Amino acid sequence: MQTKLPEAIVATTKGRRAEQILRSCVHCGFCNATCPTYELLGDELDGPRGRIYLIKEMLEAQKVESVTVTHLDRCLTCRACETTCPSGVEYSQLLEIARDYVSSNYRRDLLDRLKRLWLIRTVPYKRRFRRWAQLGRAMRWFLPKRLREMLPVASTVEALQATPPVSPSVAASSVLLLNGCVQQVTTPQVNAALRELLAARGIAVVELAEEGCCGALELHLGKEPGALATMRNLLDTLAPRLDEVDAVISTASGCGITLKDYPRLLKDDATHGKLARRLGDKLLDVGEYLLSLDLSWRKQDEVLAVALHQPCTLQHGQKLGDEARQLLQNAGYDLVAVRDEHSCCGSAGTYSLLQAKLSSQLRDRKISCLESGQPDVIATSNVGCHTHLAVAASVPVVHWIELLR
Amino acid sequence: MSRKLVRRLLQRTLPRHCLITDPVALKPYETDGLTAIRQPPWLVALPETESQVAAVLRICREHAVPVVPRGAGTGLSGGARPVEGGVVVGLSRLNKILEVDLDNCVACLQPGVRNLAISEAVAEHGLYYAPDPSSQIACSIGGNVAENSGGVHCLKYGLTVHNVVGLKVLMMTGEVLHLGGRGQELDGYDLLALMCGSEGMLGVVTEVWVKLLPVPPVKKVLLAAFAQVSAAAAAVSEIITAGLIPAGLEMMDRLAIQAAEAYVHAGYPLDAQAILLCELDGVAQEVEADAALVERLLRDLGAIDVQIADDPQAQARLWLGRKAAFPAVGRLAPDYYCMDGTIPRYRLAEVLQQIESLSVEYKLRVANVFHAGDGNLHPLILYDADIPGELEKAEAMGGRILELCVAAGGTITGEHGVGVEKLDQMCVQFNSDELEQFERLKAAFDPAGIANPGKAIPTLTRCAEIGGMHVHNGKLPFRNLERF
Ligand SMILES: Cc1cc2nc3c(=O)[nH]c(=O)nc-3n(C[C@H](O)[C@H](O)[C@H](O)COP(=O)(O)OP(=O)(O)OC[C@H]3O[C@@H](n4cnc5c(N)ncnc54)[C@H](O)[C@@H]3O)c2cc1C
Ligand code: SF4
Ligand code: SF4
Repeated sequence: MQTKLPEAIVATTKGRRAEQILRSCVHCGFCNATCPTYELLGDELDGPRGRIYLIKEMLEAQKVESVTVTHLDRCLTCRACETTCPSGVEYSQLLEIARDYVSSNYRRDLLDRLKRLWLIRTVPYKRRFRRWAQLGRAMRWFLPKRLREMLPVASTVEALQATPPVSPSVAASSVLLLNGCVQQVTTPQVNAALRELLAARGIAVVELAEEGCCGALELHLGKEPGALATMRNLLDTLAPRLDEVDAVISTASGCGITLKDYPRLLKDDATHGKLARRLGDKLLDVGEYLLSLDLSWRKQDEVLAVALHQPCTLQHGQKLGDEARQLLQNAGYDLVAVRDEHSCCGSAGTYSLLQAKLSSQLRDRKISCLESGQPDVIATSNVGCHTHLAVAASVPVVHWIELLR
Repeated sequence: MSRKLVRRLLQRTLPRHCLITDPVALKPYETDGLTAIRQPPWLVALPETESQVAAVLRICREHAVPVVPRGAGTGLSGGARPVEGGVVVGLSRLNKILEVDLDNCVACLQPGVRNLAISEAVAEHGLYYAPDPSSQIACSIGGNVAENSGGVHCLKYGLTVHNVVGLKVLMMTGEVLHLGGRGQELDGYDLLALMCGSEGMLGVVTEVWVKLLPVPPVKKVLLAAFAQVSAAAAAVSEIITAGLIPAGLEMMDRLAIQAAEAYVHAGYPLDAQAILLCELDGVAQEVEADAALVERLLRDLGAIDVQIADDPQAQARLWLGRKAAFPAVGRLAPDYYCMDGTIPRYRLAEVLQQIESLSVEYKLRVANVFHAGDGNLHPLILYDADIPGELEKAEAMGGRILELCVAAGGTITGEHGVGVEKLDQMCVQFNSDELEQFERLKAAFDPAGIANPGKAIPTLTRCAEIGGMHVHNGKLPFRNLERF
């Protein structure tokens, strides 16, 4: 597509990158077909092709208009469009640049700013988030429905207090397990299950005493400088342990995708670029890791029917997903067919709070797709989707790790 | 016309989120799949119900405001490009499958239903909707009707017109036209066929009845690589002459192969000058026999390699490369201009040769993708719109290619329509009497001339200016009728 970006924009690294991406789009519209917000809203402006156009217009005019912000905010960053696009348009990178541009050139209204500030200041800090969660639970009946639904359920909040790290005396292999900030508070049972699985198979699990956030949250809210600082911080905490392990894994695909992106995001970083690449070399999604070990699983006595939910961060972001399917099949589960597998559940990080209405519409659709095959349980690979789906599903929702024995 | 009044009327008729008035938000609607030609609309209406569509049309009729219907905006000839001061009526929200009638194997669809969504919805019954434009994942059935779209399978199963059995059309006069439907015979003029390919100039389609076919029990896809384009072209003729009707017979040249391969990794041979994809379907015995025959023909005609895909995954992958070939070419150059002409099959090799010469003359690369079986050429001219003059050069070269097609006994459009893109070539293809007849036909449906005006039929003045039309006795008929 033709672009006429002004010199001031093209002179910057990001501007040049944006131009490159814009130019690779041929405006065929294929991507609209699999975009969840386009499916829901049926407006060119709420599909990737329209968003790309709005971004082009914004950068050409060097002016951020509120309609543009509205439609960019509605994007889930699910990247289904990238999977569909035959021209290889790296939409999410363009969006990242656009969100950053919006963030520095546009003043949001007060409520919006407060919400975003609260998210950035609270969610990535497990103690703060836990305190809010406990407070929220005590006052749950006074909270708006959306916030109430976000709260972790009782048992998990308590379970969090005690999770001793496991380290077998003779380890066949060792792995660094990243716990993720939200996951430690909302679904700690997932990593607890993984620790047990690995310990039983003689794999040493290394964990960080003070693990910070991976930076995903800030990045998605268009706060790139803050996000990069958070990333450097995590890298510093990680660095001393990196050599002692064979792999670094995360059980939350939403964190995993950001971590896998470190080498790109910190490419030009003088102090942390190299470290980011070193992490990149060892980083695996938990599915990739387990499958590579060729382990055997205890077969279930009673065959459960599982609907496997593929988080966008896994299927579109990391181009993975078959690993979990294979592992579950190896463990004897019956996987039911799921309609519209490409489509986002609407959780999308902070989206469920910032775009509550769309988010719950997408969730309802997703659940009907997941439950159409009458599963006994829904299994996912990401903490955000996990808690989001659990609120409305009529069968239990788990991380698939919890199904392995 | 008071614009303020019309806007107010529309605002009163439609819910807030169904009318776009902000100039920034209107911009992405200024173009369809052909981005070289743009025009921001005055307003965009996105009705959610048929009665809202009718209400918008009524207001526009009463105040003589032009209306441009829009489906998924994947058109490649600027058909859905807005007209100045006009209202775009987007039909994307009318996307429900209204009925699937398994007894009669037909389905009734709203116009915004995506082509592929039809086949997906009836797959569990072993049925599908046959016409499959490469854009099938995104394009709408309403747009398909308006463009009479075809696809890789139309050699055997026909174009949209052969697969649509009924339509409901809201006419600009306020009348509602019911044509055919579930098993209904059409009497009188075949207006259904007229509507197919009418490019939104006769009315707005709000319901489409389509035929559903049983998925053939067996399929095979053959991929043949050729060291020469002419050999591949000859093989196409030979297969048809042998009395075979493949479900699809497609050809791609080297540049297109490379682009598609980079996207899907289908295993296309990168060293070939051309490949043919031939799909055979039907009952097992027939397919086996035909496949053996085609393979022998291909080898006899100099194919350097023939692969046969039996399983659905491998077949889908081979086709995916073909279906994504246009946008995949986006990887080779910043812009491409997609042409769409037809020629008699037996002149394929010759026309390709001439296109090659034009490519050298204009110094622009051309990737070729064809529905070779029915002689529908899609040369994709690669250019860079950021280089001043390149777009004009590409357009000029495209025009020459279409003239080549007409000279070879073909037409200027196979399936993408005329839109605003090929108005000039219409003057080459048709004489003034024919063009006037088209205009009279449009006027019969749309006397006020507000349905997608300025598309598909060139004004006679325009034709005279480009010198492509014979002007009778120095007099231009309808000289003053710029409104066409
Ligand atoms: C990559 C690519 C590949 C393509 N491959 C093919 C192919 O193989 N074969 C093929 O035939 N085409 C192909 N096309 C062209 C295009 O997809 C078709 O013309 C398609 O039918 C357009 O559908 P749409 O919904 O996008 O319509 P639009 O582009 O939105 O509109 C097309 C025309 O239809 C009119 N229209 C739309 N809806 C209605 C309605 N409900 N009532 C009345 N008029 C209406 C519009 O006014 C316009 O004139 C391709 C396009 C792309 C981008
Ligand atoms: S599919 Fe890719 S090339 Fe086509 S419009 Fe979407 S982003 Fe652009
Ligand atoms: S990332 Fe998802 S929501 Fe955003 S434009 Fe792409 S497909 Fe649509």
